Amino acid sequence: MKLFRGSSGAETVPAQSAQKLSRRSSGFGELARTWESAQGLCILDLGSTSPTNIRHFTERGHRIYSEDLLTASTDPDLLTKDEHGNAALDSRKFLADNLVYQAALFDVVLCWNLPDYLDESLVKPVVGRLWSVLKPGGMLLAFFHTRDAGPDSPCHRFHIVGPDTLEMQKIVLKRETRRGPTGAVHTSADGFQLQRVFNNRHIENLFRDFASIKFFLARDNIREVLVVR
Amino acid sequence: MSAAASGLAQIGKSVRIKGDLSGSEDLYLDGQVEGTIALQGNSLTVGPNGQVKASIDAKGVVVQGKLDGNIQASDRVELRKSAVVNGDIATQRISIEEGAYLKGKIDIHRDEPK
Repeated sequence: MKLFRGSSGAETVPAQSAQKLSRRSSGFGELARTWESAQGLCILDLGSTSPTNIRHFTERGHRIYSEDLLTASTDPDLLTKDEHGNAALDSRKFLADNLVYQAALFDVVLCWNLPDYLDESLVKPVVGRLWSVLKPGGMLLAFFHTRDAGPDSPCHRFHIVGPDTLEMQKIVLKRETRRGPTGAVHTSADGFQLQRVFNNRHIENLFRDFASIKFFLARDNIREVLVVR
Repeated sequence: MSAAASGLAQIGKSVRIKGDLSGSEDLYLDGQVEGTIALQGNSLTVGPNGQVKASIDAKGVVVQGKLDGNIQASDRVELRKSAVVNGDIATQRISIEEGAYLKGKIDIHRDEPK
């Protein structure tokens, strides 16, 4: 019996070891205006657990849900094969264990860079589930690379530090710890890899069930997308 | 179960309990517990080796180990950097260290001053 659901195959290195970079976000700024004047919103943060983000929303009287989907996607029990015999992740099992909420619960969903780094087999099912758990009129924010930054492009987590300012912090996964021939322990650090680069048409297709979509282009080759359910 | 010299009841890391725990003193839990934990008016600490699958009702809760269950704390909840929590938290105040893992909801409610 698995005592703890959602166990992952990777261990995250303590985040205080990673530097934080400040980043202005127009998409986030527009989204933030909705909760500055509202009370009691229900917000879903799909990034790594961020004490900063939790404090930001709870201090404003909102209710926050935290669910780290990228880490959840590393659960080795998700491994399966698709119809062509290629390795894939079991999206049914993933959605049975994650994003389990009543319909139309959330006012805001913060996807951050999730679609760029999530396994291909999970992206569309996850977006479909997010549509169903968002309230009509609810908003979702996601970040996409505008060009291929290569397999070593770091995956960041995002902390809210101002009305339109975020801090980016590189995510490092401690994938393998092994003992070498001399008895010394070696740890190879790794990170989530950029899975794909969406173009505008791909993004529009991904969110085709949503009512509206707005793009914000930033200088750091990140395309910010704000969609309304 | 007798209290340690410090006045704190303790469950060591080799101990496994299945059932309902209740008490009127602070509890340090470093073993495995499955069930419910009710310590209204007192504090619970889940130690770094603690593995708890239970709903918790206490005044204050500190988590350093693993918890699968909801927390209802009348005063404060602390998640230390080694905490892994799957469950919802309802409390007046919360402190989360960088590195803690939470999958669940946080609901802050503040009691009206009398």
